[in-house]
Amino acid sequence: MVDLAAPASPKPKSTLRRLMERRLALFGFALILLVVGAAVFAPFIAPYAPEEQLFDGLTLEGAPLPPDARFIMGTDLLGRDLFSRMLYGAQTSLIIGVVANGLALLIGTLVGITAGFFRGWVGAALMRFTDLMMAFPALLLAICLAAIFKPSLWIVAMVIALVNWVQTARVIYTETTSLATRDFIAAERTLGAGTGRILFRHILPHLVPTIIVWGTLGISTTVLLEATLSFLGVGVQPPTPSWGNIIFENQTYFQAAPWLVFIPGAAIILLALAFNLVGDALRDVMDPTQRGRD
Amino acid sequence: MMPAEQTLSGATTAPDTSPVLSVEGLTVSVRTEFGLRPLVEDLSFTLNRGETLAIAGESGSGKSITSLAIMGLLPPPAVRVTAGSIRLGQTNLTTASEAQMRRIRGDRIAMIFQEPMTSLNPVLTIGTQLAEAMRAHEPISRQEARSRALAALTAVRLSQPERRLNQYPHELSGGMRQRVMIAMALALRPEVLIADEPTTALDVTVQREVLDLLRDLQRDLGTAIILITHDMGVVAEMADRVIVMKSGRMVEQAPVTTLFQAPAQPYTRDLLAAVPRMGGRTDTPAAISADAVASLSDVVVRFPIKGGLLGRTTLNVHAVEHVSFDIRRGETFALVGESGCGKSTIAKAMVGLVPHQGQITVGGHVLSPRGLDAPRSLRRRVQMVFQDPMAALDPRMRVGDLIAEPLLIHDIGTAADRRARAADLIRRVGLSPDQIDRYPHEFSGGQRQRICIARALALKPDLIIADESVSALDVSVQARVLALLQELQKEMGVAFLFISHDMAVVDSISDRVGVMYLGQIVEMGTRAQVFGDPRHPYTQRLIEAVPVPDPAHQREKTIRLAGDVPSPVHPVGSGPERLILRDVGGGHLVAM
Repeated sequence: MVDLAAPASPKPKSTLRRLMERRLALFGFALILLVVGAAVFAPFIAPYAPEEQLFDGLTLEGAPLPPDARFIMGTDLLGRDLFSRMLYGAQTSLIIGVVANGLALLIGTLVGITAGFFRGWVGAALMRFTDLMMAFPALLLAICLAAIFKPSLWIVAMVIALVNWVQTARVIYTETTSLATRDFIAAERTLGAGTGRILFRHILPHLVPTIIVWGTLGISTTVLLEATLSFLGVGVQPPTPSWGNIIFENQTYFQAAPWLVFIPGAAIILLALAFNLVGDALRDVMDPTQRGRD
Repeated sequence: MMPAEQTLSGATTAPDTSPVLSVEGLTVSVRTEFGLRPLVEDLSFTLNRGETLAIAGESGSGKSITSLAIMGLLPPPAVRVTAGSIRLGQTNLTTASEAQMRRIRGDRIAMIFQEPMTSLNPVLTIGTQLAEAMRAHEPISRQEARSRALAALTAVRLSQPERRLNQYPHELSGGMRQRVMIAMALALRPEVLIADEPTTALDVTVQREVLDLLRDLQRDLGTAIILITHDMGVVAEMADRVIVMKSGRMVEQAPVTTLFQAPAQPYTRDLLAAVPRMGGRTDTPAAISADAVASLSDVVVRFPIKGGLLGRTTLNVHAVEHVSFDIRRGETFALVGESGCGKSTIAKAMVGLVPHQGQITVGGHVLSPRGLDAPRSLRRRVQMVFQDPMAALDPRMRVGDLIAEPLLIHDIGTAADRRARAADLIRRVGLSPDQIDRYPHEFSGGQRQRICIARALALKPDLIIADESVSALDVSVQARVLALLQELQKEMGVAFLFISHDMAVVDSISDRVGVMYLGQIVEMGTRAQVFGDPRHPYTQRLIEAVPVPDPAHQREKTIRLAGDVPSPVHPVGSGPERLILRDVGGGHLVAM
């Protein structure tokens, strides 16, 4: 449609509008909405209770049922409906993938930006601590933390956040140190700008692309880390389902019942992909130097 | 002269009238969403044996693209030759395969780039790189390659060539690295040498040496040179013929004397008129009040180098040593000197970016020696304009916000006031106020520098420090920015501290000048005193080295040295000898 009344230089479109013009971003956005919808409305959609071990959920030999008209994703080793478990599992996995991951990102960014900007002994102390955390086996640390606190979903989320921030902190630290030596930061200083202003108005916006990339990459890692913890018995306690622990519960039967690993695996990959697509588009759209090039 | 020069010479150039290289109807295009866009259009020229052809033009004129097209190094797949031919002898380079081009590159056509540090591999020794280049084209033994590498280094008059073979690029100075590049380029005696801005990144005195070297080598070897440059001074000194390019098209082609004496095209005339010239100013200096806006007294800046087990300071970089001068209200004080002489460090100390010793007074307030703790009110009095305007502007902020930011930081006016003031300043520096919501990348280099100037003016400072503020700009843009600065000074009475390595620019804008060498001022006085009657040998050498944009200019033969500037690094407790400035009359201070 051509708008004849448009002025010679068209007004820049809003960020949201430009995001919506990207097909892949829309696809990612739709996927995320789908998963969120599934998680929120799980009690209404799920045909069975997630913990219910169905009487006719196993074959006569006691093997799980492959997908069919009744159990659209099949049943698991205990004869529970996989579709219902996937729906409820979405709740757990979303909380881990978004909340735990977001928290890890926040800690990592704060540590990295502080250490990178102030350098000196503050920076040295923070970064040595980060290195220490990196050198420490994350799983062992998570097991210790989870063992101290009583395992619950929120504790697991916190534990994951506490072990997963280190990579982000490292990357943000490196970027901040190089940004801090750029001319426009020196220019801000000569104008009299205070530390807060430089950090949050001038350095942080430049870190957004990196934060987005690490955030989207972190989703699949955190979801799987939760699964590992659950497998070791310190994560989300059975019979509460999560995508990760569905995989781990059933991995030994991978050859006999591949759908039990394939379906939750595909779900994790799709969720990570969806966040990745939206994140990528968001990064491009928010960068003013990319404007007019898409 | 030196017998070493003979090692590369000896090839007697037989009189041969056929051109070495001929370019016909060359069009290079870049593929964009809207189809092919030409970068170079319908360019034709020939290059004769032993000749120097200069391709001059401002940024974006397509001169570098032309050189890359000849080398077959256009960035694939977007940029390619879409029409025309490039012939090297009998070979058509536009249709040659990559394998053929590889044999030609280095062997028959060689190239020197602008930045010698990035064109040498930092993890290989000089000797290895030179030998590699030779062995890639000729089946010679390692031993022989090494001895020829040594001969090549001797030929470019590098001091201690045996030692250089085992050194890494970072151990050499910029001038020495460029000599290595030249040695590498000429080692295989190419028919054509393409020099893309070979001296732009070098200091004037080093530039002088490199230009002399190129000219001598050409005389001995008979290589044809394509010299790509934006500097009309270099063109006048080096070229036999000149091609002037603008936006991808040839504007004019003429022998060098004709071009400078009787340029045929208006664009060439404008370009030549914009070139800053030494001694081109005849106006009498305006009366300047004795009232000092800023004064430096015995300022010292040292950067410690820590070493040893305990991390104690073992060495100091003596960046600025006992510098004293005043900047008076409404005047332009210029600091000149070569890279590493401490001129930018002084600027940084004056805005509190580095700590200093001694006393810096700005507008009656003494600056804290610790630097960064300077009170905010003080920062209103001094503003700074940086060298690279793209780097000095936050790319994620709108221009209006950038200009209004100093007002916001110092909490002046309401949001609407600030925006109005930003619009006003944008108009004042010659841009249109409806560009206020654009981002820095949407402007050209000159426009960005105007934005930086507008931002510096926002707080109505007493002093603006311009650190190499026009060196990154094309000459015609540079001339307009300089004119703007002078106009603003007349109107607002602001004083400038103008820091530059470009003697001609300093000569055209300054009222008083200080010449710096190794952290100390060696000569200071009014512009007429320093440029008209230079007393210190270093000042004389600097002025001497500036390329003169006049092909008829006769340069006195001077002794050519491959000398290096001494290091400003000294162990703790010792330092450079302090120079005492003596008045030789009328406030003209010269180091004895």
